[in-house]
Amino acid sequence: MVEILLDATIRAGTPILFATLGAILNERAGIINLGIEGLMLIGALAGFAGTFTSGSPLIGVVAAFAAAFVAGGIHALITVQLRGNQIVSGLALTMFGIGITALFGRTMVGETITGLERVAIPGLAQLPVVGRAVFSQDLLIYTSFVLVFALWFFFYRTRVGLALRTVGENPAAADTCGLSVSCYRFFAVTIGAGLVGIGGAYLSLAMTPMWIENMSAGRGWIAVALVIFSGWSSQRALLGAYLFGGITAMQLRFQAVGTDISTHILQMLPYAFTILVLVVSTIRLQKGAGQQPQSLGLPYDREDRK
Amino acid sequence: MKKALIPVLLAVFLCVGVSAWAADKQIKAGFVYVGPVGDAGWTFAHDEGRKEMEQLPFVEPSTFIESVPEGAESARVINGLVRRGHNLIFTTSFGYMDATIDVAARNKDVIFMHCSGYKTAENVSTYFGRMYEPRYLSGIIAGSMTKKNIIGFVAAFPIPEVIRGINAFTLGVRSVNPEAQVRVVWTQTWFDPGVERDAADSLLDVGADVLAMHQDAPATLQAAEARGAYVIGYNSDMRHFAPNAFLTAPVWNWGALYTRLATEVHNGTWKSEQIWSGLKENLVDLAPLSERIPEDVRNLVQERTEAIKAGTFHPFSGPLKDRDGTEIVAAGQVMSDADMLSMNFFVEGVHGTLSK
Repeated sequence: MVEILLDATIRAGTPILFATLGAILNERAGIINLGIEGLMLIGALAGFAGTFTSGSPLIGVVAAFAAAFVAGGIHALITVQLRGNQIVSGLALTMFGIGITALFGRTMVGETITGLERVAIPGLAQLPVVGRAVFSQDLLIYTSFVLVFALWFFFYRTRVGLALRTVGENPAAADTCGLSVSCYRFFAVTIGAGLVGIGGAYLSLAMTPMWIENMSAGRGWIAVALVIFSGWSSQRALLGAYLFGGITAMQLRFQAVGTDISTHILQMLPYAFTILVLVVSTIRLQKGAGQQPQSLGLPYDREDRK
Repeated sequence: MKKALIPVLLAVFLCVGVSAWAADKQIKAGFVYVGPVGDAGWTFAHDEGRKEMEQLPFVEPSTFIESVPEGAESARVINGLVRRGHNLIFTTSFGYMDATIDVAARNKDVIFMHCSGYKTAENVSTYFGRMYEPRYLSGIIAGSMTKKNIIGFVAAFPIPEVIRGINAFTLGVRSVNPEAQVRVVWTQTWFDPGVERDAADSLLDVGADVLAMHQDAPATLQAAEARGAYVIGYNSDMRHFAPNAFLTAPVWNWGALYTRLATEVHNGTWKSEQIWSGLKENLVDLAPLSERIPEDVRNLVQERTEAIKAGTFHPFSGPLKDRDGTEIVAAGQVMSDADMLSMNFFVEGVHGTLSK
């Protein structure tokens, strides 16, 4: 039972995890992105269509990254180059994503593909409890494990990562150091968007290998909230994504086993948990941990320097 | 003699002419949809019905508007259809009820059809289907095909429509297999493929070998296919999502009703009513049965179908008890439509939570 629960938790949490990591990369450079939901749908459709036409889920994943990268480029163009309002641009991106995927996805409805298969890691897959849940998953889940570590390493152990954080904290200082603020921001937004797209592709390639309009069903907004919960840290994003995935999985399994717990309480769990998370993260914020990047949401213009 | 003939002929000619003009009424239909036509479920089924209706010679190309939010906003959309000259308007979700009545009161020359509501007017009818009839039949199949005697049901919300379906299904299951139990998991969503998949997996994890569902996406079918279980779909024939697992599906056949209504409006015989049609009127049906279902089960399903159509059998006939043993319908009685529309209990054999 624990093994099954862990497995379901990881699978339900992975699309949210990719989306949260992508959004963290955006926000570390100082750009808020509320277009996560739209980017996930773009990734989901591109991933499905890529797999459908080529027959290979890996090409689908690449297509999802590329499509979301381009769509993220629109947000980057508006917010970085043109210094537009990030909130408005992000919301527009969500609406754009919902609409354009509905339009172009019409021919894909009802088609079937062979999605991502589980790949067992020899030896480790036989371990008790974690064997099936952690070491016998599909390639995207392994990628997400690596990505969590890679992002931490990038932010805190590389020069480029340090520069990126500086751009998000104090772009004027970064500019003075000779760093190109717009270049860092542009690529943080587009590559982050690409990661969000992979999260969407996880839905249409692994979780439920099909394309249906609006299939992300609000997961993008959960990711937006998890960025704050995680305090812009990739490890805590993993924790948050799995907690959200795990609570849904657990709630459904309680019902299937036939416990007598009232549905009202089971239904309440995700929301009760959200409140708890907000309380805990607010307390932690007051203690100075996980502060948001100082220039988050502020467009940078060299001419405006104070 | 001849002089008398002329007025008679004139009268005959006029009558024919007038009725020919009346029968010539062209139908310009508009549809208001709650979801996208690409949902592979509810709205998809309505759109299939719309296309079937368009085949009629007197029906002009129709208009549909997708993903219209329920509530006050929908009145604007319905009004727009009226202003663009539509004379038969279908509003296909419960939440359009008040908006439909409002717009209808100001446009008496337009006919409105509202799906699943309870308010009518002189130019507004309601329509819905007795989905519990094919659900009962699909229960017979599930009860016959299960080996472990555990059947999983992925359900959306605990509202009468869904509860009625689960009960009818379970009665069907228990009519052939009194040992079998139906386990219900509520997803609390009509449409979230990921959660539906997870709910289906959780039922397979506790040993279910046949799944049924009341959701809008086909994720349950994929779960059953991936794990070698059987599955019963819903809304439309979704067999290509689960070629091996698919047994059958209770499906909507809106085309039959839409064609009838368009013809009635065309002929001038349409009148306001509350339509709740079933197998007999062909509004609901079972998708073609899978090859894997044995002959004797097919025959039993066929027999019960005929009995329901003939009115000699009713899934909710007495003696009927809820799972606590309280008698709901006495022996020899049949549950009334009003009681069925407000159903809030589980029959014996259903395992799942239901708050009173």
